[in-house]
Amino acid sequence: MALRNLLIRKTLATPPLGILGFRSLKTFSLPDLPYDYGALEPAISGEIMQLHHQKHHQTYITNYNKALEQLDDAMSKGDASTIVKLQSAIKFNGGGHVNHSIFWKNLAPVREGGGEPPKGSLGWAIDNNFGSLEALIQEMNAEGAALQGSGWVWLGADKELKHLVVESTENQDPLVTKGPSLIPLLGIDVWEHAYYLQYKNVRPDYLKNIWKVMNWKYASDVYDKECPES
Amino acid sequence: MVATAVTGIATPLKFPLFSGFQRSSRSLQLRMSQKAGHGVITGKLELRPPPYPLDALEPHMSRSTFEYHWGKHHRAYVDNLNKQIAGTELTGKTLEDVIVATYNSGNLLPPFNNAAQVWNHDFFWESMKPGGGGKPSGELLDLINRDFGSFEEFAKEFKTAAATQFGSGWAWLVYKDEDKKLAVVQSPNAVNPLVWDYVPLLTVDVWEHAYYLDYQNRRPDYLSIFMENLVSWDAVTSRLESVKAGSA
Repeated sequence: MALRNLLIRKTLATPPLGILGFRSLKTFSLPDLPYDYGALEPAISGEIMQLHHQKHHQTYITNYNKALEQLDDAMSKGDASTIVKLQSAIKFNGGGHVNHSIFWKNLAPVREGGGEPPKGSLGWAIDNNFGSLEALIQEMNAEGAALQGSGWVWLGADKELKHLVVESTENQDPLVTKGPSLIPLLGIDVWEHAYYLQYKNVRPDYLKNIWKVMNWKYASDVYDKECPES
Repeated sequence: MVATAVTGIATPLKFPLFSGFQRSSRSLQLRMSQKAGHGVITGKLELRPPPYPLDALEPHMSRSTFEYHWGKHHRAYVDNLNKQIAGTELTGKTLEDVIVATYNSGNLLPPFNNAAQVWNHDFFWESMKPGGGGKPSGELLDLINRDFGSFEEFAKEFKTAAATQFGSGWAWLVYKDEDKKLAVVQSPNAVNPLVWDYVPLLTVDVWEHAYYLDYQNRRPDYLSIFMENLVSWDAVTSRLESVKAGSA
């Protein structure tokens, strides 16, 4: 028994080669956009989409991978304080990757259904939770406009409490940091890089226009999968 | 010469001891305008222009950036602060006091963001000048060498603090009265070193709106240009003199 425990501990402590075989670190790469950079115009300019995807999102991934490699190294050395110290870099950059990966799917060109209101169970849930789609949009826009600094505003589904919520998170904190049972359905990036070249300081105009390219189909699919009607 | 001469010690540069210090104040009371016929005193802060024309820092910081950064963002902080404090006890205070009071030990009250950002941007415009950059000289350089090792070390630390401030925020060169040393600090969003009781000497704005039109995502390029071409060491020096003299 003791020997088995010793072998297991030794395996966990000494990657890459152990009883469980070769353990390699999985790193991340930039997902393709499901549409051309200019496809969301005039709501969001092609210039912004290209910078946002190729520079900002890529940088989060690059730095996330770097932090994960450092974490892997610290873990294999049993360096507890470095493991803790890396958590903020992981949250920043990993959060940035997670959030932006969702964001690209949240958006769709008009000709592919962007802006078409939700139907089915999500549409019904929105009316139930907020009164109407217009009311939801108004609430998200108000929260997005009021956010100080950098962050995101989300439409989320609470799997436990079985209702929809509007939440905002700061910097690149994913929605789950506001509640472990929260599933992001739609996120709106309100970091200035998401709109500045086009809308400058007028964030409310960006918020008003982004709904024209909102991919409600994606949100509905996620909602149906995560909160199926019983 | 204000520095006291101390013999027989390795660090001859010393500030005279003083129990507190006054920073330049923008007293809201001084700017109160009285609405004729209503008898109501309204305290209104005004938007101060930068100490140079809006195109004076080109090509390093464009006129277009100033038109938005000063003309829209800074103006909105002023207008919104005025709306928030109208009719409250905060109109009787200096801007610095409003900042500290609404910081509320980290539990921010609503006017904090606007109050601090009004101050931060005044301070930022004044931290730059046409034909700026380069190195300081005299006692300021001596102190930088003393507390950072070299000017190059300071510049590196300052740019790193600015580059690694995640999200929106600022990087600062400050004087810390508690240990009588210069230091580099970073702050998020609207927070500034006044709330930590440090004396700000220099700042760079790293909210994306500060550099996005000119540099897009390339914050490190913006910071290098700032250090090489924009920093007003005159302003930093005179702020340091104010600290030493213990007066505004």
